[in-house]
Amino acid sequence: MSIQVQNISKSYQNNLAVDSITFEVKEGELFGLIGPDGAGKTTLFRILTTLLLANEGNATVAGFDVVKDYKSIRKEVGYMPGKFSLYQDLTIEENLNFFATIFGTTLEENYELIKEIYVQIEPFKNRRAGKLSGGMKQKLALCCALIHKPKVLFLDEPTTGVDPVSRKEFWEMLKRLQQKGITILVSTPYMDEAALCDRIALIQKGSILKIDSPQKIIDDYEKTIYDVQAKNTYQLIEDLKNYSTQYSVFAFGEYIHYIDKKTDFNPMELEKYLQENGHQDIVIKISKTTIEDVFMDLTNLKQ
Amino acid sequence: MRTILFIIQKEFRQIFRNKAMLPIIFVLPFIQLLILSNAASFEVKNIKFSYVDSDHSGASRELISKFQSSDYFVIVDHFLSKKEANLQMQKGKVDVILEIPNHFERNLLTDKKSTLSVSINAIDGAAAGITNVYISQIIASYSQKLQSQLYQYNEGSFVQPQNIITIPSFWFNNTLNYKTLMVPGILVLLVTMLTLFLSAMNIVREKEIGTLEQINVTPIKKHQFIIGKLFPFWVLGLLILTVGLIIARLVFHIPIIGNIGLIYLFTSVYLLVILGIGLFISNYTETQQQAMFIAWFFTVIFILMSGLFTPVESMPNWAQQITLFNPIRYFVEIIRMVMLKGAAFSDISTPFFIICFYAVVINGFAVWSYKKTN
Repeated sequence: MSIQVQNISKSYQNNLAVDSITFEVKEGELFGLIGPDGAGKTTLFRILTTLLLANEGNATVAGFDVVKDYKSIRKEVGYMPGKFSLYQDLTIEENLNFFATIFGTTLEENYELIKEIYVQIEPFKNRRAGKLSGGMKQKLALCCALIHKPKVLFLDEPTTGVDPVSRKEFWEMLKRLQQKGITILVSTPYMDEAALCDRIALIQKGSILKIDSPQKIIDDYEKTIYDVQAKNTYQLIEDLKNYSTQYSVFAFGEYIHYIDKKTDFNPMELEKYLQENGHQDIVIKISKTTIEDVFMDLTNLKQ
Repeated sequence: MRTILFIIQKEFRQIFRNKAMLPIIFVLPFIQLLILSNAASFEVKNIKFSYVDSDHSGASRELISKFQSSDYFVIVDHFLSKKEANLQMQKGKVDVILEIPNHFERNLLTDKKSTLSVSINAIDGAAAGITNVYISQIIASYSQKLQSQLYQYNEGSFVQPQNIITIPSFWFNNTLNYKTLMVPGILVLLVTMLTLFLSAMNIVREKEIGTLEQINVTPIKKHQFIIGKLFPFWVLGLLILTVGLIIARLVFHIPIIGNIGLIYLFTSVYLLVILGIGLFISNYTETQQQAMFIAWFFTVIFILMSGLFTPVESMPNWAQQITLFNPIRYFVEIIRMVMLKGAAFSDISTPFFIICFYAVVINGFAVWSYKKTN
């Protein structure tokens, strides 16, 4: 096991940020922590990277205890915090050399590992980090986190504030790093990125709702979701919520995702109901379940 | 070791790239030294002098001419009545009113004594005291001269007047040049302020921009990081001292009688104390603003209780006890002793060992309170 977390709890004053979380990440796995802002993802990262002491529970990273062997962990992990935290007044090259040196290595020694990412920013290697675009900053931060060939890589919301193309590229890079045997724990608030992980943990308000592979989570979901569309979207939501057997209603892109309580739900009846309420251009069809649907449902259940 | 060197290198790079800080570090201190040393003087000059001469005699004119010829007084006006003069004093136009009464000369000749009235603006008590001394000196020398003249005149024979003249000898600063006293003190102040502020803000800055978090996840050792961060400011402190001493010597012609090596020896330990305080402040603050305010608060107390502007000996006893904890006090004392008096190591060994002790204690606390994990 690369990362083992057992009943970890942490509270700030009286706010419980992480509530008895337990999970494991296998070696070489790309594991995603998926949850909204304030779910406790960063707190968990800070505990695992030995920056924060948990109130309860224990955890190991790369076989080392986060409290007792924190020194060994610091040699073996790479951490990319959510906020860009490299020296803005140093150039790309200087930042890399700096982090290489404090890890007791050199840029040349582990060049193989970062080569693929580094070549993309190399033309700008004499530019100061503060003057880079969001995507380049993120690549530089990843290079710095990888410079010492870590066994475990922690990425805290690496794609927040990055454009869709760069996000896609970034995930492709992660996939390739994974193939080089690096265990990756990544957190993200974007549900669409969840599908790219080997396994994910859905996390909300400090506790884990579900852990499994994204496909399994979707497959296990029993309820049928319908895409509903009509001309007046706002009125549609209101009317769906008033439908006698509705289970949940929420906007999802151009459609409204509708779930019914009854297992023998007949879409024709709903269409009739909507027509009676004056809706036009009604479309009702079975939707493909996404992680977001499962997450919303689990969140609802918890409340 | 390689790590420490690399951090130092990085730190210097950052200092030299910070376009806003560079002039503050390298230009402002010396402008301050040049300006403050000329301005922070206790000499009272250009006193606005006025008089009411009700006598209009030879004696009264001679007395006034004495004031006229003095460097300290500028005769701004004369008035016909004291009332008029008082009005100008209230308006702040004059600082001193000398009132020469009617029959001043006649009384001197007949009774061999006369009275003068002097009114001094005492808003600034210290300046008024000094003004009073100047006036008394001028009047005393006048009356002495007058006495001898009167004796010669009256007796008609040559009588040696009985005068006692005191010739003071001012040791270590024989021209009573205030700059000689102030320049070393102001230099101490600049070295202290700059190193304290820069070091206090430096680590906090890493906290603020989040790099400290990234650093803390690395296997870097506490001592490597602290030494690497603070060493550049130790060097800067010594550099400022050096340039300051050169300015003191070349611009202000301050004598450097003692061994200059002693000043460097003391400063190198003293800077450790200041950097330790800076580190301590940065451990307990989250933003550069907080660090700045706390550093400023301590600096003001340190400066005012350092004996730089007011002698420690004239403070109340309890305040004197407090100054014993003030590192600036020792530095001011030592730099003046070595530069002006030529003190040897044996003369300054007590304050030197006190500063060594403080360096150990403060840095011990600072390193202990610096934590990589919270």
